[in-house]
Amino acid sequence: MASLGSVLLALAFLAAVAAAVIALAGRKGERRLIDLSRRTVYGFCALLTACVAIIEIAFAGNDFSFNIVQQHSSIETPAFYKLAAMWSSQEGSLLLWAWVLSIASSIALFATRNKMREIVPWATAVMMGVAAFFTGLMLFAPDVDPFATLSPAPADGIGLNPLLQHPSMMIHPPMLYSGYVAFTIPFAFAIGALITRKVDAEWIRSTRRFALIAWTFLGFGLLLGARWSYTELGWGGYWAWDPVENAALMPWLLGTAFLHSIMVQEKRGMLKVWNACLVVGTFSMALLGTFLVRSGVLQSIHAFGDNTVGPYILGLIGVVLIGSTALIISRLDDLRSEKRIDSLVSRESVFLVNNLLLVGLTAVIAWGTFFPLISELFTGNKASLAAPWFDHYTTPLAILLVLFTGIGPLLAWRRVSWASARRVFRIPLIVAAVSAVALLLLTDASHKPWAMALFVFAAFALTGLGQEFWNGAAARRKISGGSMAGALIAVVSRNRRRYGGYIIHAGVAVVLIGIAASSSFQTNRDVNLRPGQSAVVDGRKITYVKPEVSVDSEKFTFASLVTVEKDGKLEATLRPSRRYFRPTGQPTGTISSYFDGEATSEVGLHAGLGHDEWIAAQPDITKVQHQVSVADKAFKACVSGAPGTPPQCKAVGALMRSAAANPSLRPVALAQIEKLQSLTAENIARSYVSDNAAVTFKVIINPLVSWMWIGGLIALAGAIIALWPSRGRRRGAVVRTESDAQKEAKYREIRDAELDHAAGKLSDEDFAILDAELRREAVEILDRVDGGGNGKPHANGHGTPANGDGTPEKVKQS
Amino acid sequence: MDPQRKRKIRLVMALSVAVLLAVALIYTSFSAATEAKEPSQLIGATPGTTYDMTGKVVPGSIKHRGSGIAFQVVDRDGQGQSLPVSYTGTVPDPFRGGREIVLTGRVQGGTFVGEPETLITKCPSKFTTKSNG
Repeated sequence: MASLGSVLLALAFLAAVAAAVIALAGRKGERRLIDLSRRTVYGFCALLTACVAIIEIAFAGNDFSFNIVQQHSSIETPAFYKLAAMWSSQEGSLLLWAWVLSIASSIALFATRNKMREIVPWATAVMMGVAAFFTGLMLFAPDVDPFATLSPAPADGIGLNPLLQHPSMMIHPPMLYSGYVAFTIPFAFAIGALITRKVDAEWIRSTRRFALIAWTFLGFGLLLGARWSYTELGWGGYWAWDPVENAALMPWLLGTAFLHSIMVQEKRGMLKVWNACLVVGTFSMALLGTFLVRSGVLQSIHAFGDNTVGPYILGLIGVVLIGSTALIISRLDDLRSEKRIDSLVSRESVFLVNNLLLVGLTAVIAWGTFFPLISELFTGNKASLAAPWFDHYTTPLAILLVLFTGIGPLLAWRRVSWASARRVFRIPLIVAAVSAVALLLLTDASHKPWAMALFVFAAFALTGLGQEFWNGAAARRKISGGSMAGALIAVVSRNRRRYGGYIIHAGVAVVLIGIAASSSFQTNRDVNLRPGQSAVVDGRKITYVKPEVSVDSEKFTFASLVTVEKDGKLEATLRPSRRYFRPTGQPTGTISSYFDGEATSEVGLHAGLGHDEWIAAQPDITKVQHQVSVADKAFKACVSGAPGTPPQCKAVGALMRSAAANPSLRPVALAQIEKLQSLTAENIARSYVSDNAAVTFKVIINPLVSWMWIGGLIALAGAIIALWPSRGRRRGAVVRTESDAQKEAKYREIRDAELDHAAGKLSDEDFAILDAELRREAVEILDRVDGGGNGKPHANGHGTPANGDGTPEKVKQS
Repeated sequence: MDPQRKRKIRLVMALSVAVLLAVALIYTSFSAATEAKEPSQLIGATPGTTYDMTGKVVPGSIKHRGSGIAFQVVDRDGQGQSLPVSYTGTVPDPFRGGREIVLTGRVQGGTFVGEPETLITKCPSKFTTKSNG
């Protein structure tokens, strides 16, 4: 099977190279060649899918002749984790990268099969170039061949690190990878657009979804990682400004900037250079994230050992950066803005500010992340920056961002008169002021000015967003009647992109509330308790009731039964525990081998909307370890038949000696030894319980931290709404020309403006000007398309009253 | 004022603000950073200066002392003289002999005293080379 896999992988590499070459041969738009290259990409995807299937079958069937299986799985590894163990290995994660890229490329090329005849060949070449790079790494770089074999095949594998045996750890890496990989698509199309000088909004319209998908995956992956850290790692935090975390956050931030600024290019034809730079930056950052975990360049908790692929990825980043920069510079003339910003009070200028904030935030994080390298360059010392430095700079920027998540949705495109602005800002400002006063009077938020500012801005943003939904629904209801809820659903489902975006904004604001509250107002204390003792932490009585110890062939588990009481009322009964694993693949050995493997904490967590009560326990096992070493010595003496040993001991000793001579007796002997060992281990466990040993508890009372996860889910829901295909798309392939797409985009803008007017965001005067402008632009497009033929809206801005969904009559007909 | 000039002034102002912020960032990062040292460099280091120590825990050297732990570290390549370390606070799950750690603290009387909650243990589970997988 492994040799079949190697052959398929080699074929996949050839397919990627062939697809790129065929695509380039068809760069003048030859349909036959473009179709062939697209089909070759599908073939590439099929080949890699087969490779992944072979590896997964090997994992499922415990085929330890596969090196990757032997290193990352064992007979005892639970089935669910066996299937996910692939990407806990270096070679498996590279295969995952390539595989996800092959899927994303196939989908992107399928979606654009009738469009952008000139850009697609170049985009195909870029995507397949990257794909060939990663596939080639597996084939040609040392030590990363997923189909490397072991001969003879070992009987069992090393197993998967117990720390990683957590559901979110299994989804987190593929999520992040999908995010990283999906950014390849907008990058590839941007390069294609630059090369062919077709730098209008078309490549953006076609790849915007991929950017949003990438952004969603990356964000969700980050959140899952944070969740895992919080519930599994026993330190109680969710973010440590670790280089690898930063490496995933940076492309996410740049991706956020990109998703906003492309709207400005789409609607106004501005920021073209900026968008090209952002997409190159985002993709480079995604590669950098892939590189950092594999290089050992920076000190990180996610240290994956020194290995061989780092320099190659660095080389690829270099090629991407230098090539793209040169390309952008050579195309500066084509990238000139078609228009200028009309007014500082407009959505596009808010987007500009948010872009500057996001890029600034990324720059700060990049500087801090790479500071050890920078400082080594200048001072010769590798000095690093700790969390407080990051907090110091990122906090104010994050707070400003929350403010702008609120302001942006309230402003219309192009320009807003003060009268309109006053109307939409009135209620959010009042709510922000009231919440500021309430926070000052009712809570101790005033001690933490940054958190206070964030809460007030978040209140402003959430109110503004709520008002948007309310006004939109009210406008819809005025036209079509029915219930408010029905109108809300109708207006959201007809403007998914807009309202999905608003929901994401609300989710992000809620996430930041959770972060601000839990980082500023948490109580974190270590208490040392014996069974029966209590301590008071943040008004809660924490009682260590009793120890509970269990032992099996794999691990010792020291659990502590803890109760949490508030005002005399029982709030939670928790069982934080610490587990000591034997190294897997060694069923027998000394009893002390129980303490040679991994140790993991199982956190006791009582999550609530107001507070989380989080407890981790660190038992004092000095005495247990002492007893274990005494028992090991006694056992050794026993089987050697030393004088005075009990008779059953002698029996085991005799059995072992005869097993040494006669291999068929070995299983019996091993079973006997294991039985004896587990009896001893159980005795030691019992003595720990009767010992009343002290346990150090880390108790964290974390306010509002649940809202981080809730906010994340809200944002995810928003992203799904924004991504949900429209009815036309679902019905299937309508062959559309670029001018059709331009026309549709302009009609959508007209509808948006009408919705804004109906919802009260645009005053009558503002709307009249904007509507006239938009209709004039629509006529220009139509004139270009068919010399001013049928179905054009009237340029006078009158006579097209908004109907059901705010669609102008003429637009509906067309 | 003509719009061309206005744009230029705006640009210059924005750039100066960006430069000022960048200078502040660079200045504070050099003063806030802690130097990273390996154990062999810390033997005989200035007492009282805070360092980030990166090293490898000597297997079998971990002792529980009251609420804290004491252990020995050597350089990451496993060479050189070992340095005694004492630490009180949360011990990360993956911490054990033979693992690489990062700990912030200072040298006091020949012992590296770690600050609470600064012990970072590298997760060795993923992407390791075969020899230590």
